[in-house]
Amino acid sequence: MITASDVTKRYPEGREALRHVSFEITAGEMVFLTGHSGAGKSTLFKLLAAIERPTSGSIVINGQNLAALSRGAVPYLRRKLGLLFQDRKLLFDRTVLENVLLPLAIVGHPPRDALRRAQAALAKVGLPNRESALPITLSGGEQQRLAIARAVVNRPAVILADEPTANLDSASAREILEIFLAFQQVGVTVLVATHDPASLTALRPRVLRLDHGQLSELPVTPDAAVAGAAP
Amino acid sequence: MNAWLAQHLAAIRDACRRLLAAPLNSLLSLLVIGIALTLPTAGWLVIDNLRTLSGDLPGVQQISIFLSLEAGKRELAEIESRLQSGKVGKWRLVARDEALKRLQAAEGMADIIASLPRNPLPDAFVVTPADSQPAELERLAKTFSGWPKVAHVQLDSAWVKRFDALLRLGRLIVMLLGVLFAGALVTITFNTIRLQILAQAAEIEVARLIGATDDYIQRPLYYFGLLQGALGGLFAALLVGIGFHFLAPLVAELAQLYGANFALRGLSALHVATLTATGATLGWLGARISALMHLRRFA
Repeated sequence: MITASDVTKRYPEGREALRHVSFEITAGEMVFLTGHSGAGKSTLFKLLAAIERPTSGSIVINGQNLAALSRGAVPYLRRKLGLLFQDRKLLFDRTVLENVLLPLAIVGHPPRDALRRAQAALAKVGLPNRESALPITLSGGEQQRLAIARAVVNRPAVILADEPTANLDSASAREILEIFLAFQQVGVTVLVATHDPASLTALRPRVLRLDHGQLSELPVTPDAAVAGAAP
Repeated sequence: MNAWLAQHLAAIRDACRRLLAAPLNSLLSLLVIGIALTLPTAGWLVIDNLRTLSGDLPGVQQISIFLSLEAGKRELAEIESRLQSGKVGKWRLVARDEALKRLQAAEGMADIIASLPRNPLPDAFVVTPADSQPAELERLAKTFSGWPKVAHVQLDSAWVKRFDALLRLGRLIVMLLGVLFAGALVTITFNTIRLQILAQAAEIEVARLIGATDDYIQRPLYYFGLLQGALGGLFAALLVGIGFHFLAPLVAELAQLYGANFALRGLSALHVATLTATGATLGWLGARISALMHLRRFA
């Protein structure tokens, strides 16, 4: 489902954010990407979301080589990904429902069908009664759930989440991770970038660790995972 | 097809929403666009009316062919035949007796005419050429003077030339005004769209990140420019219509004083449609340039 081969990302000022990173994630797998702040997690997230391009190497998602992707094809790739950003990127002047309707409008769903799907997505993340609320009135956990609803409303095969539990209390973080788990259980591939060790102990997932732009895979034991994730 | 239609309908709704979101700003923009389109439109209409007026005024762009006094029925028939076969335009014969009667009817002329031993007036043809270009009028006058028994051909070519030059100058000024104000309209729309992009930067960024294409982002902006320009065009038509409504009776009265039956022509439905389409096209153009320039940073 996701294959990165010898990916290097070097910024124009010469800084190497990723060095010869290779990994493979199979369909329906849930993988955590850990590492201290500045290790390259967000850079890898940007490469996977086709926000940036690797300096060398290749990334293939769902059979599509991102390096060979034309500028015009990028939006169509992103529509197949459920993207969760570190700063959530919610529209605060739009209601909860309007935020979730946006990806459907982009794809061109007929309004009635879009409404039905948006309501179903909100119900799935536990926000069924907040449709007309503005995001600013939601708690941090609720805002993250709204971001998830927006990410999954187009039923993507892959969810990429960058620090989805950052700034959340442990209960809210657990709820968010349980939502991801629920999606994984129905066959969605989930990649979560996090530096939150609690999430790793709770779920015991497969863990990829980034350190100064270099990737290593950790054994699936809570202690090792926590050790690898801690800043 | 459904998705395509749904997206266009959504973009039109979005453009209308943006237009209504700040009614005062929208109204002021429409006012400026309307005035910018009103000036060249009114100028064009004035030129068009002057052109019509020049055709309606008696004696203007007509050629009079005076035959010699010895010309008889056979020569008259010959001239008639040549005018007919030459397809020069409309013409009519003013027989010498008819001309004398008209002269007698003129104030103070009856006694003078009565004292004359015989009718001194010749038969004449008054020709209104189909092509009223000064060069063509002169060519015809030259041709007519070469015909048998033609004593004199009268064409006030200097007047026609001056009038034509004035009309051409007027047309050029209107055209320059048109270009100038079209530029103004494009600039106004350009700036409006720039401000909209700045105000909706967050939404555009998010939309891009979750799969919006360039078309999806730009479409509402194009519709906005199109709509604003079209409404500006309609507003200009309204302003011109009001202006001509007040001017028309005064101009008709003035024309009557000069012996002309002239009514000022306002904008037809086709003119209004053209003006609206022009406004819409210029609005779209301003929006397109602005979107291409200002959306680059979201790419």
